[in-house]
Amino acid sequence: MDISFKAILIQGMLGLNNGAFYAMLSLGLAVIFGLLNIVNFAHGAFYMLGAFAALIGLTQLGGWIGMPDLQINFWWALLLAPLFVGLLGVLVDRTMLKRLAGLDHLYGLLLTFGIALVLQGLFTNYYNTAGTPYPGKPEMLDGVVNLGFMFFPKYRLFALVFSLLVCLLTWYLIERTKLGAILRAGTENPDLVQALGINVPLLITLTYGFGVGLAALAGVLAAPIYSVSPLMGAELIIVVFAVVVIGGMGSIMGAIVTGLGLGMIEGITKVVYPPASSTVVFIIMAIVLLVRPAGLFGRE
Amino acid sequence: MSNKTIALAVAAALLAGTAHAQGISGDVVKIGIMNGASGPYAAISGKGSVVAAQMAVEDFGGKVLGKPVQILSADHQNKPDIGSAVAREWIDREGVDMIADMDTSSVALAVQRLATDKGVLTINTGAGSTALTNEQCTPLGIHYAYDTYALAVGIADPVIRAGGDKWFYITADYAFGHSLEENASNVVKATGGKNVGAVRHPFPNNDFSSYLLQAQGSGANVIALANAGQDTTNTIKQAGEFGIGRGEQQLVGLLVFISEVKSLGLQTAQGLKFTDSWYWDMNDETREFTKRFMQRHNAAPTSDQAAVYSAVTQYLKAVEAAGTDQGKAVRAQLGKMTFNDMYHKNAKLRPDGRVVHDMYLMEVKSPKESKSEWDLVKVIDTIPAEKAFIPLSESKCPLVKKSS
Amino acid sequence: MNRWLWIILIALGLVAPYVLYPVFVMKLLCFALFACAFNLLLGYTGLLSFGHAAFFGAAAYAAGHSIKVWGFPTELGILTGTLVACLLGVVFGKLAIRRQGIYFAMVTLALAQIVYFVALKSSFTGGEDGLQGVPRGRLLGFIDLNDSLNMYYFVLAIFLFGFWLIARIVDSPFGQVLKAIRENEPRALSLGYDVSRFKLIAFVLSATLSGLAGATKAVVFQFASLTDVNWATSGEVVLMTLVGGVGTITGPMVGAFTVVSLHSRLSWMGSWVTVIVGITFIVCVLVFRRGIVGELQELLRRLRGRPTRARPAAAAQPQATKREA
Repeated sequence: MDISFKAILIQGMLGLNNGAFYAMLSLGLAVIFGLLNIVNFAHGAFYMLGAFAALIGLTQLGGWIGMPDLQINFWWALLLAPLFVGLLGVLVDRTMLKRLAGLDHLYGLLLTFGIALVLQGLFTNYYNTAGTPYPGKPEMLDGVVNLGFMFFPKYRLFALVFSLLVCLLTWYLIERTKLGAILRAGTENPDLVQALGINVPLLITLTYGFGVGLAALAGVLAAPIYSVSPLMGAELIIVVFAVVVIGGMGSIMGAIVTGLGLGMIEGITKVVYPPASSTVVFIIMAIVLLVRPAGLFGRE
Repeated sequence: MSNKTIALAVAAALLAGTAHAQGISGDVVKIGIMNGASGPYAAISGKGSVVAAQMAVEDFGGKVLGKPVQILSADHQNKPDIGSAVAREWIDREGVDMIADMDTSSVALAVQRLATDKGVLTINTGAGSTALTNEQCTPLGIHYAYDTYALAVGIADPVIRAGGDKWFYITADYAFGHSLEENASNVVKATGGKNVGAVRHPFPNNDFSSYLLQAQGSGANVIALANAGQDTTNTIKQAGEFGIGRGEQQLVGLLVFISEVKSLGLQTAQGLKFTDSWYWDMNDETREFTKRFMQRHNAAPTSDQAAVYSAVTQYLKAVEAAGTDQGKAVRAQLGKMTFNDMYHKNAKLRPDGRVVHDMYLMEVKSPKESKSEWDLVKVIDTIPAEKAFIPLSESKCPLVKKSS
Repeated sequence: MNRWLWIILIALGLVAPYVLYPVFVMKLLCFALFACAFNLLLGYTGLLSFGHAAFFGAAAYAAGHSIKVWGFPTELGILTGTLVACLLGVVFGKLAIRRQGIYFAMVTLALAQIVYFVALKSSFTGGEDGLQGVPRGRLLGFIDLNDSLNMYYFVLAIFLFGFWLIARIVDSPFGQVLKAIRENEPRALSLGYDVSRFKLIAFVLSATLSGLAGATKAVVFQFASLTDVNWATSGEVVLMTLVGGVGTITGPMVGAFTVVSLHSRLSWMGSWVTVIVGITFIVCVLVFRRGIVGELQELLRRLRGRPTRARPAAAAQPQATKREA
């Protein structure tokens, strides 16, 4: 296939779409790692859970609770699913992660790995691994937009813009507000912050809830694009790990920029040299490790 | 014990041993139904295939040569290593005599090879790769229903005649997809069409957008989907999202089962043409089977499930006629038979393991034409058995060369 | 190691195929060796690799390919697989030991993903179809390995050799240095040990032996597949080690037996097995961090009234916690 500039633009645009999801997920991972010192292996599972929450809310929940007419539409799901998953995250932190405080953080990785397996297994039991389509894409987002070089589905454009906004908002919240300042201080010196009369354990729990809520939000956004499948998060989380290693966990902006950038690079590779498209992120990671072990935006 | 009694005992044991080999091993005939019960093909085969096999056993009377018949089932998760490990354990520990369905070519190839090594018959109804009876044919492997060659022959001709002569393939990246793409592009070339390109996707896959956009930019007027099950429905739906397949380019599903038509809905799928080996609403016999099937399973039978019913029935007939469940003897018996049941008429088993029977070209009805929930397609053409499958003269199967 | 333990181990090994399904026991042995090799790194050096499936799987493919396509004799094929894992170990090790703790885990995971995708896309691996129909061949040219008992004793010999090697390494002066690094890396450094070099050697040894296990498994099942290189397999080996007891010599073996039996016993439950494995992970991490063997040893120690030793787990690395953040 000859490589045209147009083809590169098209696949780059699709890649940017994926990149927005990488950014949202690595952002959540970075926030959680910053405060809890836990690499949240369950992040992909919470992303999947968000998508399923939207699907179930729309198609099944009403039947379950005896109100067959109840349907939680996409817009409500965008609000409710992250809240629900966030609450679940709070529960996970209170009942399990909390008990690992003071231990090596490798245990956190292993525990969340276990949680991911449980969630994946549960959903594989009830839903097909090939994915169930999410039927609730809002009608106003049907159809395509002419971008000049391609017809791009309206919904994908919406998802891209929306996730960028969420990323920027999170960045603002953490880097520019008082709450963010407390959070960052809590990361550096929890004892001091505690001494200032701030409830650090609560802060930690809420942060975890917020982080996995972000993952769930990404899941809801992804549901109408990709089919909702029990393994959708497992496939993604490994790439997101690589994104995090490349970006370094030092900065929020780093996570966002790396996520978007790698999504685009991945998309463009699909045109330039298709067999490498799924490996390119990991190859970049290896190179970054050689040149800058702390990651592009990391501090050593 | 005297020498004489020992000699007698040994002789008796030997006799018993030979009698054993003639009869039913383990005093029970075990049939294993293996398929991907939780994967993209679950609706095509899955639990429905197990139901069909059980119906076949019951209709046969539950016993063959006075011994009970038992059905085992397992989920191979569409992974060849799991399928082959399950088959190995079934044969070694359970004494399974025949394995059927398979539904994923990579698994089918692995299981067929392993089972033949161990002297056990496989009757594959679900997987499509022609390699099963071509390059990788085995003396005990039988390919019972459709194959990728038959699918391509059936669909390529009418599409090209209607002007769709430049083909691009979106292919599932494993044995089945490769086989389907290869067969289809050969037929397209032979019929005067052109193959302009192909792209391969992981199996199973969720996001087809980048493959579809490559297809869109390829200059083809036919985008052929060399995948199956939910991969196919996902591709068709996502094509709709990008507005692909509505203008000059048309989408052609190379392998479609009625379960996919059902999941797409008639509104989306109407007019879609595809090749299949069986449809539930063909005659009184098929309708009678479907009625009984649907009392136990919440969907109309697919051609795969009907083929499982037929395969188990014919297998039991062969066991009865051969007087044993020993793989080689049953295979020889099946080779002598002509299969007539509600699934196919006058079908014959060739030396390469291929069962040849008529195939049908079908077209999805419009919502208006459909009278009931499962009234989905109409048969518009019949592809006669001798045309539908790779002729023996072109076969690469070493078993064929020996006999000719 | 205790002589009695060896005698019991060998006796059990000799009898097992008459009691259990030989293929099942061979699978147990392959995974036990894999877990023991993994433990050399996690338990005795304190490095958690989340990419060990790469060595296991790459060796399986290399062994399968060399036997099936190049016509290598079985023993040479297994050796080829092991060598490939060793080389891969050098490359991964060089990259990964630049980072510590959690970064180390993520780097190994990501590197293993490269191997996974190479296996997925290359033609010699068969992609999704896997590398099928690897002939078992004849050992030394005259012992037919298609006979499952012959195959079994061959696998048992490989396992015992691997296990013996690991036990020797752990008890050697080299092993003592590794433990010192695990307990307190800066101190080991200040004592003049070239910590990076020791870590690298431990990593390569662990990778090589994992490769031996993977190559053997490919011959047993006559199959190398994507499952072998998948990250889920990397997780599985961590679980085996954790369940059995990190940093104990017999723990990983016990863990492998437990996990493999669990999978086989519960295979009829379909994906509920994943749930059960996940719960096992959670329970082990929350309340059972020493693992089966670790807890037993602790119990024995208490019964004898000796003071508790510091926890032998990978946890003894407090310095890695903050600095990397």
